[in-house]
Amino acid sequence: MLLEIGIIVVKILAVIGLVLPLAGMLGWIERKGSALIQDRIGANRASIFGFAGAGLVNTMMADPLKFATKEDIIPRGADRFLHTLAPCVNLFPVLVAFAVIPFADVLVVGDRIINMQIAPLGVGIMYVLAMMSLGVYGVVLGGWASNNRWSLLGGIRGSAQMISYELPLGLAIVAMVLTYGTFDLQAMARAQGQLLWGWLPAWGILYQPVAFLILLIAGIAESKRIPFDLPESESELISGYFTEYSGIKHLMFFMTDFVEVIIVSALLTTFFFGGWQVPYLTASGFVFPWGGTLDLPNLVIVVLQMASFTLKIVFFCWFQIMIRWTIPRFRYDQLMHLGWLGLLPLGFANIIVTAVMILAFQ
Amino acid sequence: MTPLTFFPLAALIVAAALGVILNRHPIRSGLCLAATLFLLAIMFVFLDAHLVAALQIIVYAGAILVLFLFVIMLLNLEAELPQRRRQNLTIAATVAGGLFAAAGIYALFTSGGQLPGPGTAAAPPLEFGSSAALGYRLFTHFVLPFEITAVLLLVAVLGAVVLAKKKMS
Repeated sequence: MLLEIGIIVVKILAVIGLVLPLAGMLGWIERKGSALIQDRIGANRASIFGFAGAGLVNTMMADPLKFATKEDIIPRGADRFLHTLAPCVNLFPVLVAFAVIPFADVLVVGDRIINMQIAPLGVGIMYVLAMMSLGVYGVVLGGWASNNRWSLLGGIRGSAQMISYELPLGLAIVAMVLTYGTFDLQAMARAQGQLLWGWLPAWGILYQPVAFLILLIAGIAESKRIPFDLPESESELISGYFTEYSGIKHLMFFMTDFVEVIIVSALLTTFFFGGWQVPYLTASGFVFPWGGTLDLPNLVIVVLQMASFTLKIVFFCWFQIMIRWTIPRFRYDQLMHLGWLGLLPLGFANIIVTAVMILAFQ
Repeated sequence: MTPLTFFPLAALIVAAALGVILNRHPIRSGLCLAATLFLLAIMFVFLDAHLVAALQIIVYAGAILVLFLFVIMLLNLEAELPQRRRQNLTIAATVAGGLFAAAGIYALFTSGGQLPGPGTAAAPPLEFGSSAALGYRLFTHFVLPFEITAVLLLVAVLGAVVLAKKKMS
């Protein structure tokens, strides 16, 4: 009993210890990446005796120190309690959503089989959806409790946008649930270990390219980044719902955005790109389609799977940052048109086609 | 569900529900309602109904209540000043509340004081509360109520569109 609790605590610490620093790193990658895209030198001030450590000094020391030492300002006339509650309500649901994301197959230690997923919930993906739908409260509260018209506008825009894009997001996920026949993300990742025609890894993208597109777009919209950053729109609303936040509370809003980028990447990876699967790596080692096998111990396999999962997630994070610095912001009517008249009917059509195909090939 | 988990959770739910009607500010009332629904979802989790818990959060806490807050914020409602109570309303509220309490107490006495859920009543089937079991029941035994609800929702959507169209033209 004590050992089992210990294992779960270790898993939670491992996931949190991976997600939060990665979110911090993304803050640096975003600034450096934007500098490279816009042909300028960016984020080159933080260093210790000339040692910048590829952004490590920036992420691990300069940023946290700066945010932690700033004054925490609550504007006059603001609701003090809700103003403080908002950033917590914003960050908490996205972080706990990682509980059902599988980051490797099972680890065998002696006669104990450890599932590399914090909580093997039967409702899996529904839990992620539930937590993501709670994230909107932080935006609404932050916008309202700041006692600032621009913040209120940002909060209202944010809630309208997040509810609108939650629908196509849900529809894309319904198509994936139909395809795999389960809610459990670990089972979905395992199902993608098969080979098509003996050589092609059967990853979800081959079956559901349309769902991938919908999930990618709706996912970026959920994380409220350019081209969907109307709740924040720096040039008109001065970062919208978190204009009136400083210090650690501002950092929490800032981190939430990047943690959302990571959870969207994790979902894209798990649904469409095999999750922790490495091509041709089975539970006993590599089995190549051209003959030849390479037996590996279980521990090496798990490490390889975790590395594969992390690599795919980092790729999609990078991809989202590229999109953010490439595409200009939508107009508000374009945003609503894309959501309600573009993605939503596409999502419905995708579900119907998927269901018919499943029925036909049953 | 053991009394050790049930009573603290039930107390929290009642406290949050009281917050809905006792708060003067509409936004705070709305948030208390969100807390109530979230805590109810936790209650469902303890009763092994994971899917119902997830749906409760997605549909009620995550969508419907956000729209409530959205409307309150758009109308920019201020805190309500205490008003003189209207007597008819007080009588009606007391009668309705009394009837509801009586029904609850009756149900409690007839159930023999047992709390429902795992560990107390007869053990539920192994697949209880799973999405597969729930979906199976929904599409076989409860298919008629399910379809009628779907039609009802469709009518509501059409009604909303018709009302909005009239205002616009």
